[in-house]
Amino acid sequence: MVNMMIDGKKVSAPKGTMLLESIRGAGVSIPTLCAHEAISRSGACRLCVVEIKKGNRTRIVTSCLYGVEEGLIVDTKSERVLNVRRLVMELLLARCPESDVLQKMARDMGVVPQPRYTVDTDKGKCILCRSCVRVCEEVVGVSAIGLFSRGSYKEVGTPYQEKSDVCIGCGACAYVCPTGHIEMISTGDKRKIWGRTFKMQACSKCGKFFAPVDQLKFIGKKTGTSMEELCVCTECR
Amino acid sequence: MNENPDTQARQIIDNLTLYYGPKKKFIAICAGTGCRASGSLKVKEALEAELKKQNLSEVDVLATGCLGFCEKGPMLVVHPDKYFYQHVRVEDVPEIISKTVAKGEVISRLLYRHPETKKTLFREEDLPFYKKQLRVVFGQNGMIDPSRIEDYFAINGYQALGKVLAEMTPEGVISEVKKAGLRGRGGGGFHAAVKWEGVRKAKGDPKYVIANGDEGDPGAYMDRSLMEGNPHSVIEGMIIGAYAVGSNQGYIYVRNEYPLAVTHLTKAIADAREMGLLGKNILGTDFSFDIQITKGAGAFVCGESSALFASVEGRAGEPRAKYVHAVEKGLYDKPTVLNNVETWANVPLIINKGADWYNSIGTEGSKGTKIFSLVGKINNTGLIEVPMGTTLYEIIYDMGGGIPNGRKFKAVQTGGPSGGCIPESLLDIPVDFDKLYEVGSMMGSGGMIVMDETSCMVDVARYFLEFLKEESCGKCVPCREGVRRMSDILEDICAGKGREGDVEILEAMGKAIADGSLCALGGSAPNPVLSTIRYFREEYDAHIRDHRCPAGVCKALITYSIDAEKCTGCGVCVKVCATQAITGEKKKAHVIDKDKCTRCGACIQSCKFDAIHVK
Repeated sequence: MVNMMIDGKKVSAPKGTMLLESIRGAGVSIPTLCAHEAISRSGACRLCVVEIKKGNRTRIVTSCLYGVEEGLIVDTKSERVLNVRRLVMELLLARCPESDVLQKMARDMGVVPQPRYTVDTDKGKCILCRSCVRVCEEVVGVSAIGLFSRGSYKEVGTPYQEKSDVCIGCGACAYVCPTGHIEMISTGDKRKIWGRTFKMQACSKCGKFFAPVDQLKFIGKKTGTSMEELCVCTECR
Repeated sequence: MNENPDTQARQIIDNLTLYYGPKKKFIAICAGTGCRASGSLKVKEALEAELKKQNLSEVDVLATGCLGFCEKGPMLVVHPDKYFYQHVRVEDVPEIISKTVAKGEVISRLLYRHPETKKTLFREEDLPFYKKQLRVVFGQNGMIDPSRIEDYFAINGYQALGKVLAEMTPEGVISEVKKAGLRGRGGGGFHAAVKWEGVRKAKGDPKYVIANGDEGDPGAYMDRSLMEGNPHSVIEGMIIGAYAVGSNQGYIYVRNEYPLAVTHLTKAIADAREMGLLGKNILGTDFSFDIQITKGAGAFVCGESSALFASVEGRAGEPRAKYVHAVEKGLYDKPTVLNNVETWANVPLIINKGADWYNSIGTEGSKGTKIFSLVGKINNTGLIEVPMGTTLYEIIYDMGGGIPNGRKFKAVQTGGPSGGCIPESLLDIPVDFDKLYEVGSMMGSGGMIVMDETSCMVDVARYFLEFLKEESCGKCVPCREGVRRMSDILEDICAGKGREGDVEILEAMGKAIADGSLCALGGSAPNPVLSTIRYFREEYDAHIRDHRCPAGVCKALITYSIDAEKCTGCGVCVKVCATQAITGEKKKAHVIDKDKCTRCGACIQSCKFDAIHVK
């Protein structure tokens, strides 16, 4: 265990854990967009920044990636921290003006759109947090989507924006997306995502369409479970 | 006879030095990328052919790397007299051979003429450009053909390695480098020996040693010229570093846009391997180390350490948070020393001449010399190497020869695109890591771009932010979105659409981007804006409030007009104007139609009477 001061409060935390957990554990709320429990952390959104003090040196770090340390003094609401958070929110509001998630978050933080920025009309609700890419690679294990281009031209999508052969239509990317950018439409026996239409499997017991056939095949192949067994939905199992 | 393999290693090197010895009679012609572009290879071929013709084949022609004074290329030095000839053409070659090489006579028309005294100067060291330099690292370029390992032996090459293997422990090497005070030449200025010590002590195997040759600053070419001109000095430095930290595998990360550097490094590595200087059991000792070249695709951000590692590993060049240092988890998450090309090239010098010698050069916090590329509005474009602590004034006026066309100096941008612009009032500061940081700029890898009164500082900031916007990797929000928005606002200001309050917005954004970005690219990206606001605020105000570009650069804010008293009506401007904006009767004053004029500047260039004005 290590001992730290967070916003003037004594906090102890297990070694090897990240600051973000200690801060939240201490009852201090801290906004995040790209930290999700199912995937590894990238430090892309920068909302969780805090100011730390070690000896005489202070610096701004992302709490989601910074490991706890003995004697650390953490300020989660210093002026520098709030300036970074405000900037990030303003920039994201200008990038994704349609996102209700961002609008609510900004309201909670008391941030209003910066009128000097011309709002984007071509980015949808994607903030490039890369949660979708990571879940597809790390949890699903297919890497059907990735990031391409650089800088402000960066986008998420399938390779060459063509229909992906490896996508199994599981929708993990859509579930993990913090802003609801990824569109997944499931109607009856079909599901549409990333430009491909997947055939849905009906539960052999209740008849409800519950998962794409490709996903069940993928799970069968990976786990050795028979299709017969997989074709029963979770509720009927 | 001593049977100790370590002492034998030294003997091998001593023999090689003796065997290839120092050359006496030779012609060193610059064949760096710059001089090649101005035709130096043709001159080199002509020299060889002419020597043969005049039965002087024993005189060697060295196609060297960059000699530094790029403004005067193609250039050559005739040894042993060391006569320095500039702007040499193929037609000059027969005379050079018959007079200078054969008889030791000097050809005065090829000599450098002092711009003020008009006196001709004979040797490199007499030229004001070279006089105040201390070319301990870069000067070796003039003595070797980089594609020949023999030439490197001839100037005591690999002697430092011999000494290290025979006499020094790894800890001894580290403490020598520490005592010398060598700081990283790539930008951060971190103490090299501290990194080395960290890797030596770090747990993890294998350990890696990397040379960062991803030089990406516009106008900077120091590292390129070292890799092209003296690849073995970099390799020798790396072998010594590897010995010190206990590494068996090294990489040189060099961008593919540096084809000559890649060619010379590849040859040098192969030659060193053949001589037993790389590979298993170096020179018969227990120490094994090899180097592989990784070619980068030219992304600016790949010069950042964690992005560089990602690129070497074959992933997209994106940085990651560096809360765990590279000395513990670097390439492939293993302990890694990453030093810049120039830093590595300093290592053999420290070993050969000793830490005390090295330590005696420079300022208190910054030791040794630094190579700078001097470009922009400066008379003597080129590469210079000076002791740390040399003032900006000496660099720009003594070595750089001042500003061309009698114009007035305005600012110098140091540290590459994310460095800052330093005004005239600070020209007396000694250049070292700490001083440059203090005035809002940085050392970076050593680029210096000089600007004069015809440079608009808002436009300069706009240019660099545009560059950084294109080069941002796009991973974190402040850099990807913030730099883009700053660039948009600067674009507006230069287009006459600036708004009251823009400067304050830029300042606030700049601070938050620097604080909030994931890596040093975003961390320093606002520098060009913040430093120009700090020192040239009045130019921003002129653009925003008065819709005026004082330097006459921003096209939306300037108008062209013809001075009726100076105009002779010659009609030359009418011919060059692409949009037929200029009209007038022959021999009478002409006029410019402001609506048709695109402010391209062609008329100004063509007017012999200085009759066209920009306001």
